[in-house]
Amino acid sequence: MREDGAWTQLKHNRNWLGFWFMVPAMAFLIFFLAYPLGLGIWLSFTDTRIGRVGHFVATENYEWLWDDSIFWLSVFNTLLYTFVASALKFAIGLYLALLLNENMPFKAMLRAMVLIPFIVPTVLSALAFWWIFDSQFSIISWSLRHLGLIDQNINFLGDTTWARICVIFANIWRGVPFVAITLLAGLQTVSPSLYEAATLDGATRWQNFRFITYPLLTPIIAVVMTFSVLFTFTDFQLIWAMTRGGPVNATHLMATLSYQRAIIAGQLGEGAAISSAMIPFLLAAIMVSWFGLQRRKWQQGENND
Amino acid sequence: MQDFTRRTLLQGGTALAATGMLTGPALFDFAKAWAQSAPWKAEPGAKLTVMRWKRFVPAEDDAFNAMVAAFKAATGTEMNVFSESFEDVQPKASVAANTGSGLDLAWGLHTLPQLFPTKVLKMNDVADYLGKKYGGWTDAAAKTCKQGNDWLGIPVATNGGYMTYRKSALDKAGFKEFPKDFPGFLEMCKALKANNTPAGFALGHASGDGNSWLHWVLWGHGAYTVDQSDKIIINSPETAKALEYCKSLYDAFIPGTASWNDSSNNKAFLAGELYCTANGISIYVAAKTDASKKELAEDTYHALWPVGPVGKPTELQLALPILAFNFTKYPNAAKAFVAFMLEKENYEKWLDGAQGYLTQTLNGYESAPIWTADPKNAVFSQASKRTLPAAGIGTVGEKAATAIADFIVVDMFANYCTGTKDAKGAMAEAERQLKRIYR
Repeated sequence: MREDGAWTQLKHNRNWLGFWFMVPAMAFLIFFLAYPLGLGIWLSFTDTRIGRVGHFVATENYEWLWDDSIFWLSVFNTLLYTFVASALKFAIGLYLALLLNENMPFKAMLRAMVLIPFIVPTVLSALAFWWIFDSQFSIISWSLRHLGLIDQNINFLGDTTWARICVIFANIWRGVPFVAITLLAGLQTVSPSLYEAATLDGATRWQNFRFITYPLLTPIIAVVMTFSVLFTFTDFQLIWAMTRGGPVNATHLMATLSYQRAIIAGQLGEGAAISSAMIPFLLAAIMVSWFGLQRRKWQQGENND
Repeated sequence: MQDFTRRTLLQGGTALAATGMLTGPALFDFAKAWAQSAPWKAEPGAKLTVMRWKRFVPAEDDAFNAMVAAFKAATGTEMNVFSESFEDVQPKASVAANTGSGLDLAWGLHTLPQLFPTKVLKMNDVADYLGKKYGGWTDAAAKTCKQGNDWLGIPVATNGGYMTYRKSALDKAGFKEFPKDFPGFLEMCKALKANNTPAGFALGHASGDGNSWLHWVLWGHGAYTVDQSDKIIINSPETAKALEYCKSLYDAFIPGTASWNDSSNNKAFLAGELYCTANGISIYVAAKTDASKKELAEDTYHALWPVGPVGKPTELQLALPILAFNFTKYPNAAKAFVAFMLEKENYEKWLDGAQGYLTQTLNGYESAPIWTADPKNAVFSQASKRTLPAAGIGTVGEKAATAIADFIVVDMFANYCTGTKDAKGAMAEAERQLKRIYR
């Protein structure tokens, strides 16, 4: 019996057709996602420098990083930055979403205004914050001095603690709209009849939130916070434009240290190792969300695991 | 990206005419004659893409552009020139080196050609031609660009950074002249602070300003990152003394210097908040060209860096080398352009346009008119002769360049001055980082 040709199979075999429809997506994933990731991991096991092919050095880059206090400081900074900024972005974003979900005058305009920080280019807002927190020309220091509340300028970006606070503040300012608007979209899907029924049963506003809003919002919170954590963990532009990792590396994140070592200092292998060291943290963040989303009880009640 | 045409040349000429430079037809005639007799003939249909650092003095840019336009008109070489900020030149050159495309020439900072020695076009013939014609190269300039007997690039100029101060503040503090040694300099900084006219030097990740003054403090005490054989010697009693001295200075500075980048001191000085700093001549030029800052310009003076306990100048000035990539399709055009840039008819006028921001690396230009045009320019003429190469007494190369780019010395001083680490801890961390780089 004669076998069908490729074209005939494609016309009649749904599996073949499905395969060919998937090819562009697979190619995209392989060339633009898997290949760069694989190349980065491979580079981390070499001593490649800018402009010079490297040799395989096994785990040497990681061994040097293991004893590198600046690397560990960048890990600490990254975790602190991510945890504090993400938590505050969630709290403020949720509060804003609940507020904007209420009936109030100028609701549409207020919702649009919340988006402003999100639409300003990151570097532009970072430069604005750099000026706001400038050691000599800070508008905050200037105002407080003129109000007689301080005698000399606050050393915002020159003091390690202040510098960390400032970059976290800037990140929160920039990230809140994403959380707020996405949660607001989630809130819009909650049926008002649920609240009406609960109110008839005598539920308080807190009980409405605790037993209706929060459970129904949980899946979207999981998605939003996963993205928020990923964006914050891998942040580069804000830090680079505001502090370049200073003072004394107090604001160096893993991403900025990786850039400094790989591109500025030319050590591609070592920079790639720092980048690759971010992968376990990022995978952990994704896993928390992934397994969380699998829990159907979030959506369908406590007993439907 | 800028494409130079005859119209550009004439426009550039108009702008330069005001400063009495070789312009328009005269520049074109010189370029044409030069192109006919030059050792390098541009390939037919040559097209060069050139990246340079973004100018700080507009007239320098005008002079450079006029030179580029004249070269294009004389040789028929298509010239695409674009500028990048100081910080972005090296990463973009590195990407070009890594990918083997995108640029023909890159004009950058420090020891740029040493970062990728296998990717650059050897410039031995150009260096030999210019060196013989113009009195030889300064020592640091040659070390910056040479690897063994090969020239990896051409040291076009040095951006000299010197003490920039307000004379009225020094007078008020009781100093008739700028101190010439370290103790005197510290006393001056303390006196300036006491009068609420403070000094301030960048202690943040400032590639130019931070690295230059902190290496000066380090080397001035006889301390170095590595010795002549690249053995790491940063953890030493001399470094400890340098840290102590720097801490005393830091305490006398205007608050906030730990966050300063390369532009911070310019802003503070021009705003009247800062009375002494180390910088290129750009602060003075900016004040001179701003009518509202006439008094500030008149009160602004320059001085050589004080000499440390070692008894000799220990300056780190910003080298500005140009390199051609070996993957360029037009090596002769690239060499011709570099040689053309440094010919007297171009170079002295270019120095003039830079108003002291650029200093010659060829000894023959020591008597260039710019250094006597304004007495306040004079100290900047010393930059190429007084500076040490970026490696100090060690080997100039990719490791030394990495150490500078990674802010090892800056972070060591900043750690100690801000109280983040004690002296032992700061030195130990720098030592560990240097071991990582020099492994």
